[in-house]
Amino acid sequence: MHVVYPAVLAALLFSTGVYGVLARRNTILVLMSVELMLNAVNINLVAFDVWLRDALHGGQVLTLFVIVIAAAELGVGLAIVLAVFRNRQTVAVDRLHDLAEPEDDRTGPGGPDTPDGSDASDPQDAPDAGGTRGARARGGAA
Amino acid sequence: MTATALWPPTAQEVVFLLLGVVAAASALLVVTTRQIVHAALWLVVSFGALAGCYLVLTAEFVAWVQVLIYVGAVVVLLLFGIMLTRAPIGPSADLNSGNKVMAAIVALATAAVLVTTVIDGFRLAYAPLTPGEGAAKPLGASIFRNWVLPFEALSVLLLAALIGAIVISRTDIGGKD
Repeated sequence: MHVVYPAVLAALLFSTGVYGVLARRNTILVLMSVELMLNAVNINLVAFDVWLRDALHGGQVLTLFVIVIAAAELGVGLAIVLAVFRNRQTVAVDRLHDLAEPEDDRTGPGGPDTPDGSDASDPQDAPDAGGTRGARARGGAA
Repeated sequence: MTATALWPPTAQEVVFLLLGVVAAASALLVVTTRQIVHAALWLVVSFGALAGCYLVLTAEFVAWVQVLIYVGAVVVLLLFGIMLTRAPIGPSADLNSGNKVMAAIVALATAAVLVTTVIDGFRLAYAPLTPGEGAAKPLGASIFRNWVLPFEALSVLLLAALIGAIVISRTDIGGKD
């Protein structure tokens, strides 16, 4: 088995995941894309473990660890998504822009118009004027 | 380690390529489909094909763990999340955000850089496959002999993450105030 095949497959899967994280609006779809990226890493780890014939099986053991961490990440991530949905009735990442940089036309120079910004902001009121980039970055980092 | 030429591929490589095409194509469908439930189901296909890839790479234990945890648990968890956030069943137009073109450009650039780098770097690397290398016995011996401390730390992390998920998602557990 040439190492090129799994490595190229991993690269393609990773960039598919990058596209999903950047282009999707639903937070659960963003989480699915993150899982795709983690799987790309896993296949690299397995392929290089087989190539290097590691006596400690470091690559495959690390793959198992990555799978466990992905499960933990997904559990906490979905709990956060459900909490957000309970408070906002939406999981669209470009609607969740309370932590974004304040735009001049949307809020005053003093920052966001609500002090804590958690419950007072109606998800319908600001139709995506600004701060989408920050919200999306936060969605990608989840 | 340059045992054979890159082309024509051996039988194992043909199987791996077919599974890889299935995995990559269904991953592409995950990020492009208009139905959110179909995205989760295509994720099952992608993860299953990847488990087949692990099997071809002689990593049997990882393959079965992939089937158990990803196909069995993670996708079910995602489907529960889809259900609990009352996602629309059926085609919906607003699953993609506005920066689809930018995302495609970034993803294509990432793919181009990674694929050229990887092909340039590992063009001659050849990994001979010997069956049984990644079976449960050598892997278990390795985990519980050499990797015990990270394993235990990871179990504590998993426990903390699950307790945290329960605390976040339950409404009747409040803060101190």
